[in-house]
Amino acid sequence: MTMESKNRMIDVRNVYFTYPHNNENESVVALDGVSLHIEKGEFVGIIGHNGSGKSTLSKLLNAIIFPTQGDVIVSGLNTKDQENLWTIRQTAGMVFQNPDNQLVATIVEEDVAFGPENLGVPPQEIRERVDRALAVVEMQAYAHQKPHQLSGGQKQRIAIAGILAMEPECIIFDEPTAMLDPSGRREVMETIKRLNRDKDMTVIHITHFMEEIVAADRIIVLDKGKVVMEGEPRTIFRQVKRLKEIGLDVPQMTELAYELRKEGLKIADDVLSIEEMVNALCQ
Amino acid sequence: MSVEIKNLSHTYSEGSPFEFKALKDINITIEDGSFIGIIGHTGSGKSTLIQHLNGLLTPSSGTVIVDGKDIFETKKAELIALRHHIGLVFQYPEHQLFEETVQKDVAFGPKNQGLNEEEIDQRVRQSIKMVGLDFDAIKDKSPFELSGGQMRRVAIAGVLAMEPSVLILDEPTAGLDPRGREEILAQIKLLHSQKQITVILVSHSMEDIGKMVDKILVMNEGEVVFFDTPNRVFTEISTLESIGLAVPEVTYLMRRLKEKYPEIREDVFTVEAAKKEILKVIRG
Ligand SMILES: Nc1ncnc2c1ncn2[C@@H]1O[C@H](COP(=O)(O)OP(=O)(O)O)[C@@H](O)[C@H]1O
Ligand SMILES: Nc1ncnc2c1ncn2[C@@H]1O[C@H](COP(=O)(O)OP(=O)(O)O)[C@@H](O)[C@H]1O
Ligand SMILES: [Mg+2]
Ligand SMILES: [Mg+2]
Repeated sequence: MTMESKNRMIDVRNVYFTYPHNNENESVVALDGVSLHIEKGEFVGIIGHNGSGKSTLSKLLNAIIFPTQGDVIVSGLNTKDQENLWTIRQTAGMVFQNPDNQLVATIVEEDVAFGPENLGVPPQEIRERVDRALAVVEMQAYAHQKPHQLSGGQKQRIAIAGILAMEPECIIFDEPTAMLDPSGRREVMETIKRLNRDKDMTVIHITHFMEEIVAADRIIVLDKGKVVMEGEPRTIFRQVKRLKEIGLDVPQMTELAYELRKEGLKIADDVLSIEEMVNALCQ
Repeated sequence: MSVEIKNLSHTYSEGSPFEFKALKDINITIEDGSFIGIIGHTGSGKSTLIQHLNGLLTPSSGTVIVDGKDIFETKKAELIALRHHIGLVFQYPEHQLFEETVQKDVAFGPKNQGLNEEEIDQRVRQSIKMVGLDFDAIKDKSPFELSGGQMRRVAIAGVLAMEPSVLILDEPTAGLDPRGREEILAQIKLLHSQKQITVILVSHSMEDIGKMVDKILVMNEGEVVFFDTPNRVFTEISTLESIGLAVPEVTYLMRRLKEKYPEIREDVFTVEAAKKEILKVIRG
């Protein structure tokens, strides 16, 4: 193994994906020649309008679906090889949008235990994993509660704990905050960031809320099944006009900086946060 | 139409061990033709409140007066007629689409109103256009083959086809992408200004609320915390934060800028207004 491939969590090589038919019996090209890579420990944001192929990509990474053409390599394993399937699904966990559709058991800790039970983990170890996972998402106090009594943000944290209990190396979040209120969103984002920072978890975060990914290591922009932009948040968000053209937003502070520049104010075009804006205006 | 909410309380499962007081003595008046925003964290009672406005839920005590009429005192037939004037778009309304074609789905409401074919057809065309969809291109499609944003619009069109005088929308942009969000909000704003209807918008986006509404109703644990203009509400940062809410980022920015520019206004909550204010203090 070369140094490069050793640090590589995910490699997507020239992938095409076609859904054979939609309701009108037409085939849909959801991914149209996508190549990208994610390094171990990275926090990568993925943005793109509805229908741009984000969920299709995330399902390919999790080996729920397979490329029509091209290869998806997760931790050195090709999703094409049947025998890798379970290892890959355990390596790359997934958290979805709707907090109500993800919890299966009637008690929180049983729900978290569900994944490792399916993996055949011995009971004593399951116990330890469940406790650890609940501690990481700061939900130990809710171990014996019924999931339906929890708020949306809490449900998502339990869903995350369920994935953590399978001890993955990477978690793919497909719009996990879309259905939450602001405090639920904050809870979930803090949990995700902590996982990446303290536990070295590789995170792929799909979202429509640009503020959630200003601190990402990298952002990948999808449009009509293609990767159209890729780079650090600063590099991506300074391209306000281009992002708006493909139906996306920029963080509020970036937009304000852009508007002020248009008025002739000398201010950097890569302002991302309130702090940076204060510095820019008060120097 | 004006909507007066008087001493309204609602308790779910009253008398059972699961009894829950979702609304506690709400008193507010929504003026005819105004645009109201409702904010509050999940479970604060927003959906419970708006379901009283068209009689879907019955108060435990108190009442709602629409255009001078107590809707819980009127006869059933009258209440049904009144309901047609108060259009409620539920959260995730696309889950309630059920007809085979978009045209039939949008026609469902007006049909129930007992209108004749011709009028129904006209209303269906109009309301599909009003939500920014192409009638001819979409009328024969199944609602289920549309994108999330399109489904949402069809559901809104279904309510508009009843020509409500009060339009209530429960988080109409939840889960949509930025362009979808912007388009739907622009359509709602246009409707409000063109038809002079009363609009009540429940939203989690302080930015959207700040941009659009005349007055904000802030709910917490079934009670009204504020019912006032965005200017006044968004300066109550610490109270809002204490109930799990926040103000738009630009409002936080203005507060921070005050140290260097003491004259800067804090009642700013859109990028547009922030731009103006910053240019003003910097250029003097
Ligand atoms: N099960 C499916 N059958 C047919 N077409 C699909 C299916 N799932 C998604 N698509 C289509 O594939 C494209 C990409 O969808 P998706 O990956 O869900 O995008 P995103 O997550 O960015 O909104 C869209 O045109 C969508 O309509
Ligand atoms: N049918 C119901 N039975 C019992 N409790 C309910 C019911 N519907 C809502 N509630 C409770 O009432 C409170 C207010 O809910 P809701 O009006 O939906 O709030 P919001 O729309 O602000 O999220 C919540 O605590 C919720 O759990
Ligand atoms: Mg998706
Ligand atoms: Mg609600």
